[in-house]
Amino acid sequence: MMPHAQKAAIFNKDEARTDWHDASLWMVRKKRDFAVSEIPEWEFLREFASDIKMHTLSKLDDYLEAFEKAAIQNGAIVHWAADAKEHNDIVLSILNKHQAKKMVKSKSMLTEECHLNEFLELHNIEVIDSDLGERIIQMLDEPPSHIVLPAIHLKKEEIGELFHRELHTEKGATDPQYLTEAARHHLREKFHTAQVALTGVNFGIAETGEVVVCTNEGNADMGVHLTPVQIHSMGIEKLIPRRSDLAVFTRLLARSATGQPVTVFTSHHRNPKPAGEMHIILVDNGRTEQLGKPDFRSSLKCIRCGACMNTCPIYRRSGGHSYETTIPGPIGSILTPGIDLKKHGQLPFASTLCGSCTDVCPVKIDIHTQLYKWRQIVSEAGLPEGGNKTMMSIMGSGLASPSFFHRLGNIGRKLLRIFPGKERFLSFTVWTKDRDLPKAPVESFREWYAKQAKDAK
Amino acid sequence: MKVGLFIPCYMDQFYPQAAIATYKLLLKLGCDVEYPEGQTCCGQPLANAGNEAASRGSYLHFVTMFEKYDYIVAPSGSCVYHVRHHFDTLDQTDAVKKVRAKTLDLTEFLLDVLQISSLPAKYPHKVGLHQSCHGLRGLHLATSSELVNKPSASKLHELLSMVEGLTLVELDRKDECCGFGGTFSVKEPAISVKMGKDRIKDHFSKGAEVITAGDMSCLMHLEGIISRQNIPIKVIHIAEILNADGI
Repeated sequence: MMPHAQKAAIFNKDEARTDWHDASLWMVRKKRDFAVSEIPEWEFLREFASDIKMHTLSKLDDYLEAFEKAAIQNGAIVHWAADAKEHNDIVLSILNKHQAKKMVKSKSMLTEECHLNEFLELHNIEVIDSDLGERIIQMLDEPPSHIVLPAIHLKKEEIGELFHRELHTEKGATDPQYLTEAARHHLREKFHTAQVALTGVNFGIAETGEVVVCTNEGNADMGVHLTPVQIHSMGIEKLIPRRSDLAVFTRLLARSATGQPVTVFTSHHRNPKPAGEMHIILVDNGRTEQLGKPDFRSSLKCIRCGACMNTCPIYRRSGGHSYETTIPGPIGSILTPGIDLKKHGQLPFASTLCGSCTDVCPVKIDIHTQLYKWRQIVSEAGLPEGGNKTMMSIMGSGLASPSFFHRLGNIGRKLLRIFPGKERFLSFTVWTKDRDLPKAPVESFREWYAKQAKDAK
Repeated sequence: MKVGLFIPCYMDQFYPQAAIATYKLLLKLGCDVEYPEGQTCCGQPLANAGNEAASRGSYLHFVTMFEKYDYIVAPSGSCVYHVRHHFDTLDQTDAVKKVRAKTLDLTEFLLDVLQISSLPAKYPHKVGLHQSCHGLRGLHLATSSELVNKPSASKLHELLSMVEGLTLVELDRKDECCGFGGTFSVKEPAISVKMGKDRIKDHFSKGAEVITAGDMSCLMHLEGIISRQNIPIKVIHIAEILNADGI
């Protein structure tokens, strides 16, 4: 797989497009700032939400059992999936049981994580992503580049062209309303003919056994209401203890995600429809392992708002696809190394550790501290991103030795004095490709200080 | 009160004028300040690259060098943050605890310890302030733009407001990262440079003649781009402005 830095360099070749991508996401960040400014108790809510999540994670086993019990009492069928494969097999078995060949799906990062679509298509099931952004990228056969705004990397002209090809809209059409209307008609037909609907889950409530799904398009509700069989795929970290806790999170989620006070739809699914079936699949897929790592446990507080992506100066200038993970950006860079260190170990280095992600996070995950900690683990594991260990250890000893350190510094400065302005022709460092080196002064501070101390005597 | 001055390695070699300004400013304000000549590095470059274990020696050396001082002052929020935050991996002896608690960035030392409310400084220029991230979000030298409901405060703004003749420009993005990030600057050069360019553009388009910051590392990165692209704007460490006499 191509390193993030290389993908980012390719992304940056079209500077105007990079600027456009950066500005689009910065606008979302600004909308978030405005929405947050209207809530004086915002910082209290963040703290409260963090506490609720940490509490829930500390008793996750108890809450999962309570949730299962309540859900069964409500008439739901509860499944447990240890990993992506089990999850996908469960979905397929439900479809087979009902001889269903067509399923509508609302937005779910979990099913992206499990690569459900590819799996079902191999079994001749038609899966229709019903969220507009998801549908667009599904037509393009691309993964989402953002967890809330899956097609944010595409321009309306490109979507117009795609819809002209796929939905026979007018050539050259770019009017968002016209294009959305076309997608609406196209999806309506799919909704009417699907036999099963699958949704993601934003929150599972242990007390009541219900699942809560937040959308802006109502597509999750449309799917669930029109099909007899409904499936809700839910990561086990989505639990909160009580329905009354939900208010804390709904106030935080949409404001952080898009700057809306609340999502257009906040739907509670509790019971199956008459003569219908309601399935809830509880998925682990690496979550308990992350829970077992004290330094990274709190990453499971994530409510998938995407605010850390919108604020991240690197994400905005490299795009979600540069991360090659289901969850890109800062949060993805602390969630994925735990799943596959070799593959994703480079991501904690795709950061300046500026900390903006930590300050924007509605559930106060110390993302940049965890990025730093992952770097230590990557280096400890001897992966190339962590640098050559022997070299590092020699440098470490050098930095602890005044004589070595001072000599090295002086050599560096004097070398620069020999080559003033020539460094750009010497491609010995990556630094000098687009940046000049500092101008080396005649004397160092240390030399100046020693001289003036002598003069004072 | 005995003050130990810590000067980051690259400042010692490449930006002695900023270090001299820090030293002279502290003297001017009546501090008994000393530069322990055996000092090396806080260890951050290796640690941020994932080699915390290898920097342990330099951590211990830092503690030995500075434990005798009442305060350790550095013109770098980034190094200070590293000492205060990441020396937690050492055994927390009395010396380590003391050094961690007493290591301060120049700006917080001036305002929180010396509690100055005026400065004999004059700098008649239009200045853009770059909020270096580690000082901003690590040491809370200012309220970050993400924390919209917290009372807005900024130590660097407060100090610059004491300087006669200085005009601060208003930026579109008041605290976006410059893209330096230590090893990031060479591991991810494309984005690093792009971030730097975007920051410079923000300052330049608002009429700033000079970009200042509490960390010379950010400014070194920005200066490298400015110099390569011949943009008529300069960088200067905040200590040099606070110590300026108007020329």
